[in-house]
Amino acid sequence: MSSSPSAPEAKQRPPHRDLRGALRAHLGGMLLSSHAVLLYIFLYLPIVVLVVFSFNDSRFLAKWGGATFRWYGELAGDTQVAYALWNSLFIAVLSTFISTVIGTLAAMAMERYRFHGQLAMDALLYLPIIIPDIAMAIMLLIWFNLSGVGFTPWKVELFGLRLAVPYSVIIGHVSFNISFVAIVVRARLADMDRALEEAAQDLYANSWQTFRRVLLPMMMPGIVAGALLAFTLSMDDFVITFFTSGAGFNTLTVYVFGLVKKGVTPKINAISTLMVVFSLALVGLARLLQKGGEGAPVDVDLF
Amino acid sequence: MSASYAVELVSVTKRFGEVVAVRDMTLRIPDGEFFSLLGPSGCGKTTTLRMIGGFEMPSRGEIFIGGEPQGYRPPYQRPVNTVFQSYALFPHMTVYENVAFGLEMRGVSREDIRRRVAEALDMVRLAGMERRRPSQLSGGQQQRVALARALINRPKVLLLDEPLGALDLKLRKAMQLELKQLQHRVGITFVYVTHDQEEALTMSDRIAVMNHGLVLQVGTAEEIYEHPNCRFVADFIGETNFLHGTIAGRRQGALEVTLDVGGTVLAQAGQDIGRGQPVTLAVRPERVRLSPGLPGGEVNALSGTVEDVVYTGVATTYWVALGQGERLMVRQQNEQIGAGPVAERGEKVTVSWPVDAASVFAQASEAQAQAAPEAGA
Ligand SMILES: Nc1ncnc2c1ncn2[C@@H]1O[C@H](COP(=O)(O)OP(=O)(O)OP(=O)(O)O)[C@@H](O)[C@H]1O
Ligand SMILES: [Mg+2]
Repeated sequence: MSSSPSAPEAKQRPPHRDLRGALRAHLGGMLLSSHAVLLYIFLYLPIVVLVVFSFNDSRFLAKWGGATFRWYGELAGDTQVAYALWNSLFIAVLSTFISTVIGTLAAMAMERYRFHGQLAMDALLYLPIIIPDIAMAIMLLIWFNLSGVGFTPWKVELFGLRLAVPYSVIIGHVSFNISFVAIVVRARLADMDRALEEAAQDLYANSWQTFRRVLLPMMMPGIVAGALLAFTLSMDDFVITFFTSGAGFNTLTVYVFGLVKKGVTPKINAISTLMVVFSLALVGLARLLQKGGEGAPVDVDLF
Repeated sequence: MSASYAVELVSVTKRFGEVVAVRDMTLRIPDGEFFSLLGPSGCGKTTTLRMIGGFEMPSRGEIFIGGEPQGYRPPYQRPVNTVFQSYALFPHMTVYENVAFGLEMRGVSREDIRRRVAEALDMVRLAGMERRRPSQLSGGQQQRVALARALINRPKVLLLDEPLGALDLKLRKAMQLELKQLQHRVGITFVYVTHDQEEALTMSDRIAVMNHGLVLQVGTAEEIYEHPNCRFVADFIGETNFLHGTIAGRRQGALEVTLDVGGTVLAQAGQDIGRGQPVTLAVRPERVRLSPGLPGGEVNALSGTVEDVVYTGVATTYWVALGQGERLMVRQQNEQIGAGPVAERGEKVTVSWPVDAASVFAQASEAQAQAAPEAGA
């Protein structure tokens, strides 16, 4: 029989091995953490610079002339900015609403029903996400020209401003937003136990009541997340708006693009900063709402 | 169609494409009965239950509930309620809202709902939990909410699909008893699906044993355990020894079987089996008696050698080799402490059993029963 009842392994190991192991572990940890730091710098330094320079009291970008709120003040009095902002909001609200309704219905059709051509529709639903914005923009442009929709504006008066928003832009935004909403809502639906709907039916709820009382409330966090995503995407879109709006129509992004052509000023930084803050606030709100879906945690993790 | 049946299935078949999940099933379940569907995984229990509930429509045949044909009625128009295996409690509603759901859908007044929810929660001992969400309850509590949510509607029939499957053994045993008592109290017909034979034997008034979409035998726990009508039932319920042999003739109103391992035994004649037919003999291990030494001329006695002795607390199990590779399992109650085994390993012993303890199945009919799922259409 073996006379040495298994002593702790470490004691029998040559000491230099332990040292090397420890060193390696230490080095690994250092590398990892410095990697993380570099990554954060890479991702967020430009944003920090953008924000800092939006307070720059100098007409020139590269020169720091002290801090000021001047650019933000200028924005507030600028009617062109106001028009661009309201155009953006108008398009975002409308396209979000339409695409949320259609996208949710599409998600339900894909997850809860079987029909002919479902596979094809499945693939088509992802298409607007996969194909480049520019290709989509040109497709839409051609389509609006051929179909005669053109850039016919929808004229509305909002807060004393006369807006003229081309239908084509709204339709364009709806067409890419549907996909995003559908995917987010579908993920939520796929996680839902079908027995819940059967239980509702078992408890005398007809199809409409089942939808109203069980399916819809349970999908709601997904729908809200999808809508917020759609809203953000719509506010942030440049390419499709630019191509489907015709000359002389500004949303915030198109307006900034126009300014940049004349040279970058701190005013652009100020607008961009506001847009970043706004987008972050929306994303934060989406997270908050998702967490709020008590008892029904959402697994959709897009952000 | 007599209205005294809570549920009646007449020649019901259900196909899913090529798969026949339920085959030509005819069942009659009287009012107030605790009826179980028992069978191995995939034998069609859930499908049967879902057809009664209206979640699947029969491919053929008709289902009656309270004497009324159900046709293509959707679930929300049937006087039955279901306790789902996953409970399927609505996670976005409180316990109160869950339990109230059915009454609300039927337009019962708020006052009545409040009173009946309180009663229902009392009945399942969950009073005081109204404000909680399902996610804040233990498995056993969720189970009881599911029960209350179904029973509050006073259905004609309650359908339960392995409702205790997700609980641990101890809770499961407690809930078995509780369910049984509850059923007795409310007097509602229960149709209960399980693949656990012990559970079915414990709780049911009657059991239907299923395999491959066929109902093989319907009877009380005792009937099914003591008088299985085919090899599958004998094998599926409890533990059984199978011995092979041939019919030698009839003696004293019993069948005389010549065993392949040698020796002749008598067995009850369940079905009429002709002379010379190959048969399988089934004997429960606890019905076999074991004694040391060679047989002394008593009936149904065989000699063998003890191969193994296993002490299991309540009983001791002996494995006795009879020759030709056939082994007999014998279980003897341990009635006295320190009595020790009746026989040691390697010892020559005699095994014997009463005439009425053995069932005989013709091997041909067995083959038929097994071939049937493929043959029927
Ligand atoms: N929707 C369906 N589509 C196709 N086949 C199905 C469907 N539902 C059930 N089946 C098949 O029907 C057969 C019976 O299924 P069922 O769910 O009734 O079995 P079960 O007895 O409840 O089994 P378990 O104990 O595993 O729950 C199985 O072979 C199953 O694969
Ligand atoms: Mg099942």
